[in-house]
Amino acid sequence: MSDTDAHSVAFVRTEPVPPAAPPFSTSGPVKWCKDNLFSTPAYSLLTVAAIYLIYLILSNTLPWIFNGVWTTSSLAECREVLNGASGGCFAVLTERWNQLLFGFKYPSDLYWRPALAFILLFAAAAPILFFKLPRKLLLFTAIYPFLAYFLIWGGAIFVPILALVGFVAGYLVYSRLVTGSFAAGFFGGVAAAVLVWVIGGYLIPENANDTAWLEAVPSRDLGGFMLNLMLGVACVSLSLPIGIALALGRQSNMPLIKWICVVFIEFIRGVPLITLLFVASVMLAYFFPPESTVDLFLRVVIMITMFSAAYIAEVIRGGLAALPRGQYEAADSLGLDYAQAMRLIILPQALKISIPGIVNVAVGLFKDTTLVSVISMFDLVGMIRGPILASTEWNGVYWELLGFAALLFFVVCYGISQYSQWLERQLATDHR
Amino acid sequence: MTTMTDPPRGAFRLSMLINDTRYRSYTFQFIALIVLIAAFAYLGSNLFSNLAAAGLNISYNFLGTPAGYDINQTLVEYTSQSTNARAALVGILNTLLVAFLACVTATVFGVIAGVLRLSKNWLVSKLMAFYVEIFRNIPVLIWIIIIFTIMTAVMPGPREFRGDAPTASMLFDSFAFTNRGIYTPAPVWGPGSLVVVATFLLSLVGIFAYRKYATKLLYDTGRLLPTGWPSLALLIVPSILMFFIMGRPIGLEYPELRGFNFQGGIKIGGPLIALWIALSVYTGAFIAENVRAGIQAISKGQTEAAGALGLRSGPVMKLVVLPQALRVIIPPLISQYLNITKNSSLAIAVGYADITATLGGITLNQTGRAIESVLLLMLFYLTISLSISAIMNVYNNSVKLRER
Repeated sequence: MSDTDAHSVAFVRTEPVPPAAPPFSTSGPVKWCKDNLFSTPAYSLLTVAAIYLIYLILSNTLPWIFNGVWTTSSLAECREVLNGASGGCFAVLTERWNQLLFGFKYPSDLYWRPALAFILLFAAAAPILFFKLPRKLLLFTAIYPFLAYFLIWGGAIFVPILALVGFVAGYLVYSRLVTGSFAAGFFGGVAAAVLVWVIGGYLIPENANDTAWLEAVPSRDLGGFMLNLMLGVACVSLSLPIGIALALGRQSNMPLIKWICVVFIEFIRGVPLITLLFVASVMLAYFFPPESTVDLFLRVVIMITMFSAAYIAEVIRGGLAALPRGQYEAADSLGLDYAQAMRLIILPQALKISIPGIVNVAVGLFKDTTLVSVISMFDLVGMIRGPILASTEWNGVYWELLGFAALLFFVVCYGISQYSQWLERQLATDHR
Repeated sequence: MTTMTDPPRGAFRLSMLINDTRYRSYTFQFIALIVLIAAFAYLGSNLFSNLAAAGLNISYNFLGTPAGYDINQTLVEYTSQSTNARAALVGILNTLLVAFLACVTATVFGVIAGVLRLSKNWLVSKLMAFYVEIFRNIPVLIWIIIIFTIMTAVMPGPREFRGDAPTASMLFDSFAFTNRGIYTPAPVWGPGSLVVVATFLLSLVGIFAYRKYATKLLYDTGRLLPTGWPSLALLIVPSILMFFIMGRPIGLEYPELRGFNFQGGIKIGGPLIALWIALSVYTGAFIAENVRAGIQAISKGQTEAAGALGLRSGPVMKLVVLPQALRVIIPPLISQYLNITKNSSLAIAVGYADITATLGGITLNQTGRAIESVLLLMLFYLTISLSISAIMNVYNNSVKLRER
C-alpha cells in the first residue's frame, strides 16, 4: 500500500464493520419461545393450556405447602391455628415421624439401631454400585447382612456370627475344590456351611438372648418405611442368585430342569403378588413342620423373593438370548465346560445387558412392598391407614400423610432409575 | 452343551453317569427329580399332618353354601343368600369390568402422553415427562388410596344437593358426583330399540366395507376416495334416522335425589372409580414410555424417505411410522394390560368387590377355607394370564419381520 493509493480513495475503513445485532425476534429467549412454544397456532394453544394447567396446580398446592403448620399436637389444634386459611397440617409428620419410619411397636430407645443399619447400607452398597471404588470395600458388603441383622433384630450375637462362619467355611471349601470341578466346589461348599451351622446350633447356649449386648426385637415389631426398605433390599438381593439360576435352568438342554423352571416362572408371573402374600399369611404355615413357628416377616420374604426371582429370571433370560451365538460357540471351542463358560464368558456379558431390566424389577418390587399392608403388616402405608388415621388426634389428615408417603417412594425410586441410566452410559463399552 | 471330540467307543460303565457328558445330564435330571419328589412329599406330609391336627380337610363344598354377605356393586343378580360360587362369579365379572375399563383409558392416556412427550413443544413435553415420572415412581396402591380419598373425602354428600340453595349441583342435570359414587343416566330400552341397535351395527359393517372398497379402488386404479366424512356420516345418519322412524324407543332415565340418596340411573361406586382412574393413570405412564420408545425406534430415515416420496406429515405417521412402531409397541402394551388385570386385585384395599375381595377376602375369612380359596384365586388369574400370553404369541408371530 502506498500513499498514492490512499489519496485516490476518499475513505477506507481500517477495521471491519461490527456485525449488526440479529433481529430481535430471531435470537435469544424470544426465538427459543417462538421455536419451542409458539411455532404453530395449535402449539400455541397447547402451550397456553399447559401454562393454565401448571397455574391451577401451583396456585392450589403452593399456599397449602408454604402455609403449613408444623408444630401442633392434633388436627383440631392445627385447624385452629390455620383459622380457615388454606394450609397443610404437616404437624402430623413431625409428631408421628418415628412411627412413620419405624412403626409403632419398635422400642423407641432403640431407633438408633435401624438408623445405623440404614446409614451403613450406603457404605455396603457403594462398592456394588460404583465400580471405581476400591474392591477391598466388598469385604464390608459381605459382612453387612449379618451386621444389619444383628443391629435390627438384636439378640444373641452368636446367631449372625455363626451364620457368617458357615458362609466363610463354605467359601473356603468352594475355592479349594472349584479348581477341580464347579459342581464339586459348589456342593462341597454347601455341605461345609450346613455342617458348621448344625454343629454350631448345638454350641449356642439356650439363654443366649438374655445376656445379649443388644436387646432382642421380634419381627412383628418392625414397621413403617423401615419395613418397606428391609423387604425391598432383602428380597432383591436374595432373588438375584435365584433368578440367575432359574434363567440358566430355563435355557438348559435338560428337559426336566427346563420344565421345572418354566412352570415355576410362568406360575409366579401369572398370579398377582397379593395372592402370593395371601399364601404367605394364611397358607404357607400349613406347609412347615407342625412344631415350627416361622414368623410372618420371614414368610413374606420367602414369597416376595420367589416373586421377584421369577421376574429377574425373565430379564436375565432376555440378556442371555441377546448374546450372539458366537459367544457360546467361542466358549465351547476354548474347551471350557458349562460352569466355566457361564461364569467366565456368558454371564458377565448377559448380566451387563440385563442391568436396566433388573433395576426396573427392583424398583417395581420396592413399590410392591406396600402391598404387605393388605395382609395387616404395618409398613408405611399400613401405618398411615391404620394407627395414624385411626387415632383421634389425626383422623382426617389424608393429604399430608399420603403426600409424604408418595414423596418418600418417589425419591427412592427416581434415584434408583437415575442411577440405572447413569450405569447404562458407563457400561456402554461398545462403539456406537 | 455338546463336546465335539469323538468319545471313545466302549461298553457302558457306571462311571460314565458322572464323567461322560452324554450321560451326565441324565444323572442331574434324576437327582433333580428325586429332590423335587422329596420336596413335594415333605410339604404334602406337613400339610396333611397340620390339617389333621387342626381338624380340617380339603373340600370345595363351601362354594355351594350361602355366602351371607352383601356386595354393593354387581353386574349379575346377587343377594346375600346366593352361594359362595355366585359371589366368586360376581367378583370375576367385577375384575373383568374394571380391568377392561382401565385398559381402555390407560391406552388413551398412554398414547396421548407418549406422543405429546415427543412433541416439539418444550413445555408440553416436559409436562408429560413430569407426569410419567411422578406416576411411575409412586406405588399404585398409594395412587388408589389417594384417588379413593378424593372420592370419599372431597366429593359432596348426597344431602348437599338438596334444598333451595344446595352447595353442590348436578352436571347438565344428569351427572351427580357424590361421595358414594357417580350417578349417570341409564338408557331405557323401549320396544323397537333392537332395530336401532341393529341399524347401528349394520352401519359399522357398512363403514368397514366402504373403507375396504376405497383401499381396493386406490390399489387398482389409483383413485383416492375420501374416507373421513363418509365414515362419520355412515356412523351417525342411519342410526339417527332409524331412531326417529321407530318413534324414539331409547330413552334415558336420569338419577334423581329421593330421600337420602339418588335413585335411578346407573351408580358407579366410589371404589370402582378410584380403582379405574388409579390403574389408568398409573399404567398410562408406563404405556406412554412404551409408545415413546416404539416411535423412537423407527429410524429417522423412514420418515425422511416418506417425505422424499412427497407424503405430508399426516400420511407419513399413518402409513409409514405407525405400522412399524406398532410392531414394537403392542407386545409391551399387552403385558401392561396383564399388569392392569393383576393390579386390579388391589381392589381389596378400597373395598371394591373383585374376585380377590370376594373369594380371597370375605369368603375366605367366613368359611376358613384358606387353601381352597387361594388356589381357586390363583387358578383364575393364571387362566387370564396364560390366555393373554397365548394371544400375544399369536400376534407376535403374525407381525414378525419375515427376514430373508
